[in-house]
Formats: sequence, structure tokens, C-alpha cells
Amino acid sequence: MNVVATVVFVALFVGIAVLGFASAHWRKGDMNHLHEWGLGGRRFGTWITWFLIGGDLYTAYTFIAVPALVFGAGALGFFALPYTVLVYPMVFAILPRLWIVARKHNYITASDFVAGRYGSPALALAIAVTGIVATMPYIALQLVGIQVVIGGLGFSTQGLMGDLPLVIAFVILAAFTYTSGLRAPASIAVVKDLLVYITVIALIIVVPYKLGGLGSIFAAIPKKHLLLPPVKDGNLGLQSFYPTLAFGSALALMLYPHATTAVLSAKGPNTLRRNWVFLPAYSFMLGLIALLGYMAYASGIAKMPDLAPYFKQYGPQFAMPGLLLHYFPSWFVGVGFAAVAIGALVPAAIMSIAAANLFTRNIYKAYINPECSHAKETDMAKLVSLIVKFGALLFIVFLPLTYAIQLQLLGGILILQTLPAIVSGIYTRWFDAKALLLGWAVGLVWGIWAASLNGFKTSGYALHIAGMVIPAYIGLYALLLNFVVAIVATVAIRAMGASNDADATVAADYAG
Amino acid sequence: MSTPKKLGPLQIILLAIPCVAVLVIPYFNKLEPSVFGIPFFYWWQLVWVPLSGVFIAIVYKMVVPAGSGD
Repeated sequence: MNVVATVVFVALFVGIAVLGFASAHWRKGDMNHLHEWGLGGRRFGTWITWFLIGGDLYTAYTFIAVPALVFGAGALGFFALPYTVLVYPMVFAILPRLWIVARKHNYITASDFVAGRYGSPALALAIAVTGIVATMPYIALQLVGIQVVIGGLGFSTQGLMGDLPLVIAFVILAAFTYTSGLRAPASIAVVKDLLVYITVIALIIVVPYKLGGLGSIFAAIPKKHLLLPPVKDGNLGLQSFYPTLAFGSALALMLYPHATTAVLSAKGPNTLRRNWVFLPAYSFMLGLIALLGYMAYASGIAKMPDLAPYFKQYGPQFAMPGLLLHYFPSWFVGVGFAAVAIGALVPAAIMSIAAANLFTRNIYKAYINPECSHAKETDMAKLVSLIVKFGALLFIVFLPLTYAIQLQLLGGILILQTLPAIVSGIYTRWFDAKALLLGWAVGLVWGIWAASLNGFKTSGYALHIAGMVIPAYIGLYALLLNFVVAIVATVAIRAMGASNDADATVAADYAG
Repeated sequence: MSTPKKLGPLQIILLAIPCVAVLVIPYFNKLEPSVFGIPFFYWWQLVWVPLSGVFIAIVYKMVVPAGSGD
């Protein structure tokens, strides 16, 4: 066990927990209302929103998984970069419109918007359930980040005792989310980002310096890993998979409930627009984090006797922790590992709040207790946020890790199927609710089927068409199918005169 | 709060440029020209991160009138 690193790690973690509880009093509002607990009163300004969205999207799993992917798969792993370049121009164009209409009608979730826009509780239920199902494995994956660094500190992560540190971390997370709501991750995100920036900048300066510059790092990587393989025999291979994975993931990101929660908590649409200008700073860091995978490869740490056992247990996921352990003094290892662990708490808190908001608004209030008071609604959301986190914990403790990874992969495909209802609804009321529901169902079933073809291991599907083979992200193919079905069904339903034109919003609610 | 202007075709094109730049794989899937030993594939995509911020900033200036608040 690494005593110095552990002491620094625990001290930082305790400090964060205190901050989490204290933040309930920060810009205090009436915590009996769901928009106070679940959206921080929609009062976050430019800076806090920047930290919150950054803390939300660049998760602990990112720090572990992105270098791991580059370490293990080479150029393909770099897809995370175009993915984040694609996100911001798209959300800049789309999400301020959602914020404006959501504020006007006090919508807390994307499903609230769909329910109002289409007058269809069934469609809203489908969107809400998809969001909750897609979020659960995502929360579970955050725990993987914590698990890897706890292992790196020299604790066994095997068996029930091995899960104890994880359980403690999650009890703390659950408790401060329960009391402080969205204010907790918002305040913690500031500290988390500070730690992450310090760690990444140190790594990106020290490791290339020790290895003789970026040039010699790239020179040490086999040539065939550095680029996407060329097109062969009409099979586009990774050349089509790479951009579709980046594009599909970018679309999916904007639809995840935790993204909606962070976006709707901003003070106003211009606060958001300013954020999209500055958020690429995070993506630049993500690019540097990705290069850590190559640094780990070039340094040969996976073969060193003191680190080899870790790589054997955690695989490529140990690339980033391994670099820290090899090149830095113990106290800094503690800082870096704390950055990863705290980096897990922020998104896990926002995700559980987002899932709780969805359940409370679109399942509990819509179907079980429509007459519930504001206070009752908020109590329900707090309770559900506990249940969601407890479920994620059971998931990691009792099921093999590969399940969480595969379900997360499936989650991206599922959440993309909510795009036609949510995004087209922001612009037009042309689609019929029943047609959108049908498109959603078809996209979902086809997507799950296509993923099952390769045992849920990868997210690619190879389309054979006109003598060509076009492998692409399943989520995107499913989305195309979803749109086609929704359009055809809308035309058919119109022709039969069976369309429902209910709409709680009016044209003036949309701007920008 | 004055309302921001609608995104027109020019703004959509400006927002689309960084997106297209990181999707044209055949153009940037090569090692040379490298910069400081970083292959083209990597620095091209990295450079588009800050550049995308610049493009978004230009569109922001165009659609959000100065002093329009939150």
C-alpha cells in the first residue's frame, strides 16, 4: 500500500465531501421545489455552468477509458476528439431553443417537453424510460474509474472487502446529493477541474520530457497503429466507422438526461451560448489525455515488473494511473488519483439527479400520483436518486465489469432513438406522436438486434450495399431507420385523419 | 432581454465548417506533414478543437447583440 498517496487521496476526498454538504446553503432556494433541488434553481451563471457541463461530460471514465482505447487500439481511440469537436457547434444551434421553451413551461426534463409538445404521455414515458435505462450503466461505469485508482493505491479490489472503499465513496456521494441536489456537483466540479488540469498538465509536460519529446513517442508506435487502415476490396472499414462513431456519439451526448439537466440549470440561453464558445478548452485537454495512451505504450510501463501485475488485472485501463505511478512522487500520485475519483463523483451525482427527475416527473407524477404537491415531488426525486445510485453500486459489486461496459455501449444506441421526438420537436410539430413512438420502437429493436450480432462487444454494423461494405456506428443506422419509419407513419396517420394535434406550447415559445 | 437573431444560412455554414473538417477522414488520415514529430492525423484534429471555439465565437457575436444579458 502506498501510504503517502493514500493519505493525500483520502484528505482530498474528505474535503470534497464537506464541500458537497455545505453547498446546500449556496444561493439557497426553497428546496421543496424540484427545480431547486434538481436544477439548482436555474440560476447558474457562465462560470458555474462551464464547470458543471465540463464536469458532467468529461467523466472519470473518460480519463481511464480514452487513454486505454488509444493504448490498446491506436488511431481508432482518437475518435473521442472529433466527437467533442462535433458536439459544440450542434448544441449551440439547438439547445438554447430548448432552454427557452423549458423555462416558460417549467419543464425539468426532455420528457416534460415531449409530453407538452405532443400531448402524448405515452411518448413521454418512452423517452423517460429510455433515458433512465441508458443512464444506469453510465453511473456504474463511473465506479470503474474509482475502482482502478483504489487498486493503484495498492488496495485489493477483489472480493467483498475489496469493494468496501467503493461502497464508502458511494455512500458519501449519495448523502450529499440527497441533501444538496444539483448544487453539490456544481460546487465540487470547480475543485475537480482544478485537480484534473494540474494532473494532466503535469503528465503532458513530464512524460514527454522523460521520453525525449513527442516525436520520439510517436516514433515508438508501430506505423499501422498510427492511422486508420486503408480501404480494402470495397470495405470502408474503420474509415467509415470512425467518423460515424464520432458523429453518433456527439448526437447521443446531447440527448443524455444528465446533459439536459446541466443545460436547463443555466441562468439563460446566452449563458449557454457563451459556454459553447469556451467549452472546447476541455476538449483540447481530452486530446492530450488521449495521447497519454501512446505515452504509456512508448514508455513500456506495462512490461515493468512493478506495474505489470496491475496491467494484468486492469488491462489498458491502467495506462493513465500507471504513468502517474511510474513518473511521479507519491504525494502527486495521491492528487492525480483523487482527481479521477472526484471526477467520478461529479457526473455520477448529476446522472442520478437526472434519472430521478425523469422518474419523478414523467413516471411518478404522470402515472402514479398526478396530484402530488411540490414538496412530495421533490421528496420522491431525492429518494429515487438514492435508489438509482444503490442500483449502480449493486451492478458493479455483483456483476462482471464487462456487463456495465456493454450496457453503456447499448445505452448510447438507445438514447439516440429519442432524437427524432426531442430535436425535431424543438423545430417543428409536423411529426405525429404515434409515428414517433413507432420510429423509436423500430430503431430500438433493430439497434439491439444489430448489437447482439457481435455479442454486444462492439458498436459497429457492416452494411452491405451495391458491392460495398460500409461499417458504421449502429446507433446512427438505427436512427436513420427510426426517422424513415416516423416520416412514413406520420404521412400515413395524416392520410387516415387519425392525427393528434395537441400542443401545450405556442410558436412564440421558440426563439433563436 | 433582447432576443438573439435567428441562425441564418451563413451561421449554419460557419458552425458546419469545424464539423466537416474533422469528418473528412481521407483528407487527414496520413502521417505527413508532421509538426514537432506529431503526425498529421493527430495535430489536424487537435488544431480543430480551438478553431471550433473561434468559429462558435464568431457566430455568437453575429447572433447575440451586445449586452443582451443571460
